[in-house]
Amino acid sequence: MNLDTLQTKLIAVARATPPNDRVPYAFEKRVMAHLMGRPVDSLGAWSTALWRAAVSCVAIVLLSGAWSLWSSHQQSKADFSQEFETAVFASAGSVDDAQ
Amino acid sequence: MERSDAELIAAVLKGDTASFEPLVAKYSPRLFATARRYARREDEIEDIVQEIWSKAFLKLASFRGDAPFEHWLMRMAVRTCYDFLREHQRNRENTFTELTTEEDDWLERIMSAPEQASDHGAAAKQLVQKLLDMLPPPARLIIQLLEIEDRSVKEIAALTGWSVPLVKVRAFRARAEMKKCLARIARDKYL
Repeated sequence: MNLDTLQTKLIAVARATPPNDRVPYAFEKRVMAHLMGRPVDSLGAWSTALWRAAVSCVAIVLLSGAWSLWSSHQQSKADFSQEFETAVFASAGSVDDAQ
Repeated sequence: MERSDAELIAAVLKGDTASFEPLVAKYSPRLFATARRYARREDEIEDIVQEIWSKAFLKLASFRGDAPFEHWLMRMAVRTCYDFLREHQRNRENTFTELTTEEDDWLERIMSAPEQASDHGAAAKQLVQKLLDMLPPPARLIIQLLEIEDRSVKEIAALTGWSVPLVKVRAFRARAEMKKCLARIARDKYL
């Protein structure tokens, strides 16, 4: 027995008999009544707001951290040059004192 | 004057819930036809369509408008029907002994003289339905969309959210599964 023929024929039957698109009486009214009576998803709204706040906080923390690192790096550069200068002239100063 | 889908959606998003009703009236026939491909009982079909509309209402803000509303709605419909299939997996071990006399006669005719077997008989339709009920949900969905509705792989990927390679793999498996079910019917009939 040819299974391919059977399969082809069954598919042809399915294609030839599309389902009907009848809508039950007053279905739209029932759907609207269901949607209108739907409680507000307050938990969902809160969780969305909290997630947005969390993302903003993380962004601020990262920016603050980057700013802090950058400004301390600038400061340490200035400190280093000051210290180097002090060290150089300190030795020069001690030579003068010795003389 | 009749408002367009975009106008109705904008009104709903501004808080005018009543503007959703014309959309429900316009697209419900298509949704019912789709749901009837996957469920048999009218109460289940109505539940499926109501669920589709509930999801559409809740997620309406996510509709971007770059494709027609109908396409977006149909994607939701196919996924809801698939979820239904997965939740309500019937006993797929129907054997030949569960076929009616009419279905038996139709099978006899198709095997002896395929060109004479009718495409429209009630027995043929019932047999198709039983065959589809035997398939696992992914296979049934693929056979429905690919073979019966004659959609392309790309369309199916868009409707289901599956990747194109996954659709192809599932199509291959679905056809094999369908052949297995048919072979079981044939074996039960002739042994």
